Amino acid sequence: MTLRADLAIIADHVAPGSRVLDIGCGDGALMAALRDRSGVDARGLEIDAGNVAAAMARGLSVIQGDADVDLAAYPDASFDYAILSQTLQTARAPDGVLDHLLRIGAQAFVSFPNFAHWRVRGSLLWGGRMPVTPLLPERWYDTPNIHHVTIDDFREHLRSRSVVVEGAWFLSGGKRTTSAAANLLAEHAVFLLRR
Amino acid sequence: MSDDQRFGLARQVTLPGPLPLDGGGSLSPVEIAYETYGTLAPDRGNAVLVCHALTMDQYVASPHPRTGKPGWWRAMVGPGCPIDTTRDFVICANVLGSCMGSSGPASIDPSTAHPYAMAFPVITIRDMVRAQALLLDHLGIARLKAVIGGSMGGMQALSWPATFPSRVEAAIVIASTARHTAQNIAFHEVGRQAVMADPRWNAGDYYSGEAPAAGLAVARMAAHITYLSEAGLTEKFGRRLQARDAKSFGFDADFQVESYLRHQGLSFVDRFDANSYLYITRAMDYFDLAEEHGGMLANAFRGTLARFCLVSFDTDWLYPTAESRTIVHALNAAGAAASFVELSSPYGHDAFLIDAPDMNRIVAGFLGNPA
Repeated sequence: MTLRADLAIIADHVAPGSRVLDIGCGDGALMAALRDRSGVDARGLEIDAGNVAAAMARGLSVIQGDADVDLAAYPDASFDYAILSQTLQTARAPDGVLDHLLRIGAQAFVSFPNFAHWRVRGSLLWGGRMPVTPLLPERWYDTPNIHHVTIDDFREHLRSRSVVVEGAWFLSGGKRTTSAAANLLAEHAVFLLRR
Repeated sequence: MSDDQRFGLARQVTLPGPLPLDGGGSLSPVEIAYETYGTLAPDRGNAVLVCHALTMDQYVASPHPRTGKPGWWRAMVGPGCPIDTTRDFVICANVLGSCMGSSGPASIDPSTAHPYAMAFPVITIRDMVRAQALLLDHLGIARLKAVIGGSMGGMQALSWPATFPSRVEAAIVIASTARHTAQNIAFHEVGRQAVMADPRWNAGDYYSGEAPAAGLAVARMAAHITYLSEAGLTEKFGRRLQARDAKSFGFDADFQVESYLRHQGLSFVDRFDANSYLYITRAMDYFDLAEEHGGMLANAFRGTLARFCLVSFDTDWLYPTAESRTIVHALNAAGAAASFVELSSPYGHDAFLIDAPDMNRIVAGFLGNPA
């Protein structure tokens, strides 16, 4: 089974045997890969009941819950990694979720679609319409993505909170792009962070 | 194994005890009625204990001897079911305090040769669990692959790893709670007072005469309302009249919902002992797993390596989702492996008894059985 590109990057960089909390784990694809390939003790948090049921049926430990509400119940430093893949932009308080991530995990992976990608810019600039792209497939009224963020926004936020960037990967069409041009060329980004 | 008289349907064993009780004192001997399904593996690693709810019994997947009705969780337990009796060895025992063959107020007190009645000691959920552990000792089962239950069965499933941390590998807790709330206790007290207000109850001493059926029926009617959702009741009955075209301007069961509740009450008294109802509801009211562990629910799970699976239903107002979330947060705090999902159902608390594909898939997946 092949993982989504950003999940593959995360899977490649999680230390074997570690403890992982996957926030917004979907149907548990990353968790299952981490468990099966690297003997990782993975736990998940997911808002959609159908996804939770699918992940549980894979034998994974997944809790139905809302990152905005339920992360507060997790103790400090209880995981080696907290992972937030393609979920940051759906949070009501993304900054609060990020704070929890860095509190719960010794390190945190965050991946998100880059709203400053040239295709998004073009859609808004030339089309005058809210962008609908492969990574942002929903229309303005039915999108769960309520806090769009660009790579430069995120970098600035990390600086302002003195968050340490331990790694960053930028992807366009499944291929890596450079860090310097990432804000224009990358469709999505993966950051490895710590306090 | 098939010749072993300990295994099979409709078993009953008298264990010498003594079983020390949370309320002080002890019980001896301890009678336990139970059923087993499937075959215990040579390594004894496939034992699944099913814990039943307040008025259920050991007949989880075989016909009830008094009512003739099919087992109460037949969609969950059986060949090819989520708890697959071709793979799992299933044990279901009548709880302590009940009336289907395990020690309870209707049992004979060896010191008087009469039924215990109210001389039966007040018991707790943990006492029920300890009695089940005695049964497992008798069956030669050191560790459970899983313990599972809904409602009061879920309380036992939760209490198992807290009481015997090394004897349980997994716990499935459905439509349940870690403690009875004031509202839960209040409804139970209405039921108990209905029983006790029946003159035939006679301070519990009715076994040589007529049972307090009227009081017990009212108790059952009140409780039954709490097992259903308002939307479910409306959909099933609305304000429809029962076998008549107009209101009678009397106190017959004009409405279908009245007739239904009366039927529920009447059919219940044929199969259940009123004193057992008092004792078991008391045990549920006393249940507060955090209290047993210094006031911190997380402490209840610190010693266990068990995996947990919790399921709630969105229309269950008896043990609503928030109660399951409280347990989940405590499990997270204790670092236990926990899964939780709230399923959607129109059936209220009783949803766990009704065949539900989502619930089946989750239980099968959690147990590692084919869905």
